[in-house]
Amino acid sequence: MEQAAPDPERLLQPAPLEPLSHPDTGLESVVGEEVKGARDEGPGDGTMTESNFSLKKIEISVSEAEKRTGRNAMNMQETYTAYLIETRSVEHSDGQSVLTDSLWRRYSEFELLRNYLLVYYPHIVVPPLPEKRAEFVWHKLSADNMDPDFVERRRIGLENFLLRLASHPILCRDKIFYLFLTQEGNWKETVNETGFQLKADSRLKALNATFRVKNPDKRFIELKHYSDELQSVISHLLRVRARVADRLYGVYKVHGNYGRVFSEWSAIEKEMGDGLQSAGHHMDVYASSIDDILEDEEHYADQLKEYLFYAEALRAVCRKHELMQYDLEMAAQDLASKKQQCEELATGTVRTFSLKGMTTKLFGQETPEQREARIKMLEEQIKEGEQQLKSKNLEGREFVKNAWADIERFKEQKNHDLKEALISYAVMQISMCKKGIQVWTNAKECFSKM
Amino acid sequence: MGKLGEAGLAATAGPARTLGMEGECRASQARSWGLPAGGAGRDSPGGDAPLPGSISSSALLQTEVLDLDEDEDDLEVFSKDASLMDMNSFSPLMPTSPLSMINQVKFEDEPDLKDLFITVDEPESHVTTIETFITYRIITKTSRGEFDSSEFEVRRRYQDFLWLKEKLEEAHPTLIIPPLPEKFIVKGMVERFNDDFIETRRKALHKFLNRIADHPTLTFNEDFKIFLTAEAWEFSSHKKQGPGLLSRMGQSVRAVALSMKGVKSRPEEFMEMNNFIEIFSHKINLIDKISQRIYKEEREYLDEMKEYGPIHILWSASEEDLADTLKSVASCIDECCKATEKRMSGLSEALLPVVHEYVLYSEMLMAVMKRRDQIQAELDSKVEALTSKKADTDLLTEEIGKLEDKVECANNALKADWDRWRQNMQNDIKSAFTNMAEENILYYEQSFVASGSFPVSWLFASGGQSTGGSFIFSISPSSEYSGFISFRIYWFDFAVQGTLKSLLQYHSSKTSILWHSAFFMVQLSHLYMTTGKTT
Repeated sequence: MEQAAPDPERLLQPAPLEPLSHPDTGLESVVGEEVKGARDEGPGDGTMTESNFSLKKIEISVSEAEKRTGRNAMNMQETYTAYLIETRSVEHSDGQSVLTDSLWRRYSEFELLRNYLLVYYPHIVVPPLPEKRAEFVWHKLSADNMDPDFVERRRIGLENFLLRLASHPILCRDKIFYLFLTQEGNWKETVNETGFQLKADSRLKALNATFRVKNPDKRFIELKHYSDELQSVISHLLRVRARVADRLYGVYKVHGNYGRVFSEWSAIEKEMGDGLQSAGHHMDVYASSIDDILEDEEHYADQLKEYLFYAEALRAVCRKHELMQYDLEMAAQDLASKKQQCEELATGTVRTFSLKGMTTKLFGQETPEQREARIKMLEEQIKEGEQQLKSKNLEGREFVKNAWADIERFKEQKNHDLKEALISYAVMQISMCKKGIQVWTNAKECFSKM
Repeated sequence: MGKLGEAGLAATAGPARTLGMEGECRASQARSWGLPAGGAGRDSPGGDAPLPGSISSSALLQTEVLDLDEDEDDLEVFSKDASLMDMNSFSPLMPTSPLSMINQVKFEDEPDLKDLFITVDEPESHVTTIETFITYRIITKTSRGEFDSSEFEVRRRYQDFLWLKEKLEEAHPTLIIPPLPEKFIVKGMVERFNDDFIETRRKALHKFLNRIADHPTLTFNEDFKIFLTAEAWEFSSHKKQGPGLLSRMGQSVRAVALSMKGVKSRPEEFMEMNNFIEIFSHKINLIDKISQRIYKEEREYLDEMKEYGPIHILWSASEEDLADTLKSVASCIDECCKATEKRMSGLSEALLPVVHEYVLYSEMLMAVMKRRDQIQAELDSKVEALTSKKADTDLLTEEIGKLEDKVECANNALKADWDRWRQNMQNDIKSAFTNMAEENILYYEQSFVASGSFPVSWLFASGGQSTGGSFIFSISPSSEYSGFISFRIYWFDFAVQGTLKSLLQYHSSKTSILWHSAFFMVQLSHLYMTTGKTT
């Protein structure tokens, strides 16, 4: 149970909240349709503003991945993968795109970007990155980060991440994001110069710590429960899905053995030989068809995973509210106790036990001058405290308003995306059935000709 | 259990193999989907002549052999990592469905002249002080004159079937006697008499008797008749006649020595036959293993799917907009589960027993080959004796004459029966695999229908991205599926171009078929669907 004292220095500077000052215009910014799908391998749309605020449409794509070796911070050789980010600006009139920027980034830089955004936009449900390590792996998949299939899926995931950012009404305007896409060298230094790590509230990371908050906004409590449920149900689903995939793979692949044995057997059969041989061929086709099917399903799993990680982002926003509320209540409490102290000193009555009271008793009464000094100091502190409380209250209300706006946006996005994903799952099943019917019909024909 | 004949086997059966091995193999990261190749097939059951329960001892042999072949190169490894054999953890137990099978024995020869109808049913457990055993009721209906009546009902136990088989083999050493189900199933059996085991055995015994009935020669065998008709006391006294165990064992020891000789002088056509039998035996064993493995994988797939569906329901409880979609996915998955169950039961009725019977047949064939070789060897050794010794030439010549007749008889009997057996095998295998294909087609059709029944209203509601464009969609008619399913064709006007487009765009990058193939099924309130089969 952490109970850190509220640190005024930890308060966010007003500057990063600037984008919030125009929340309405932000929400109305142009959002490309392709972005909503956000899983295309083709480029997506977004709006960007440069520092001189000229709106232009851009397309972002993560088009390549490359293995690299280099030296890390400890001057040791390491292998990592770099991803090529290409940005194209689209002219409004003719829709032609011109390659404006292209640079290479590695996963850790994406992480840095996201961590920065988390600190400066605590009221936004920040889109998640694709998983750091392969989880929910079933038997055939490799858990190796260097595995080409994993790299490919990560490439798509990173592209999706950037598209989500670009289509977010507020995040798309962030300078650091813009630099991420355009400034290859020195970007890391630029980010670190913002000093965002110092501004980060370490309590946000301590997810298990509880803070006794008396008056939280009920909606956030509910939302936190929802995000917990969502996280637990999606991970369960992904785990079972991986097992189902494993089994399905097994069923299909074992059939491949029929092909081999049939062909061997056909050698000794005169009448049955042809039928066996051709049936065996269909068994091979059947067995190999599972690879494509499961590859598609892996994309479906990635879509679900994105929302699994989104649940964490949701929880972070709720957490932030909790902490703000906690700080507010602590400040109010502190103010109240100071006021009381002041009153006691002024009236000379000691209603509550205090150290001062004890020492006074032990070491003698203080002089009236000392008492005056103390009262004055307290009165100053009370004034300060009242100011702070006011601004904290304002901040809190602003936060709730803005966060809830983004949450509503997120909810809609989530419902749309997940519905689409589920439908695509059904579509995949249909496709699988269709293939199955075809193969087995062919096989049956061969068998009946034996 | 001091029962005659079973004593030796009870000792050799040993402890049932635990399922531990399966568990271990499952836990390993890498799995192989292939089979041991080469010599891992069934070895011939030693050089034994048919000992009582010899089939089960060879089953034991086989399990040993499989384990030893763990290092054999697997022909098809589908895992990315190094392979591990877990095809060894295999039980020849044939899982069956609770559906009872009506007499579905088809035989190609003389279907119209069938005048002996046999059923095996009603297994009953009997407990005595010494042992527990199961008897089966056998009902025989016949119009044959040599039978005293037209209907008989008797109870027999497995031992009795064994006795019958031995008598038939004795009487017709070079005929292909139908195989009996195994005496013991070593792997995966905790209890000797669980329901599945009994049911599988019952069906196999039923088949055994009917095959004998349909055999042109065996059907008139006297012991067979007694088996079907004699009352309990009459039957047990009849059984006690004939050569005892010791003499039979003595015979087999001599037979081992002789059979070695017989192989050398085997005529060409029997060499071919032997070659066929060896290869066939190997292949059918592999197919048996593959089929059992597929069944096992399907069972495990089903178990996982059963857990998969309810998670969606659980999820739908915390969602509003998504609840309906999730529930539909859950019901799709449930339908898939039902279809899988149906497929499994179909396989276990149509495919697995047939393949397994032919595995046993292949052992039988090898034994027949040996017996033929023995008879030949007897002749050869006498001939040899004649050429080397000078004494008793007359006696030897007489014996040789008899043996030559015997050999000729045996060879002819085998040849004729061989052709018949080949024909039957072809038909049985053909129909078993055709059924397997049929089961799979039905499975995919059922799942197709289930997955396709997603309400179209979602497409209208999702995202609300009406672009004002219209989009026409069609469903292809049934001709693609050779008349199995027929749908009416519908034309739609979609206002939700965004959703479909992004959906199909996503897929078209991966599977170009999707956009054009029009497999996408939608259900409206007035969608009409018929499922019919055209043969």
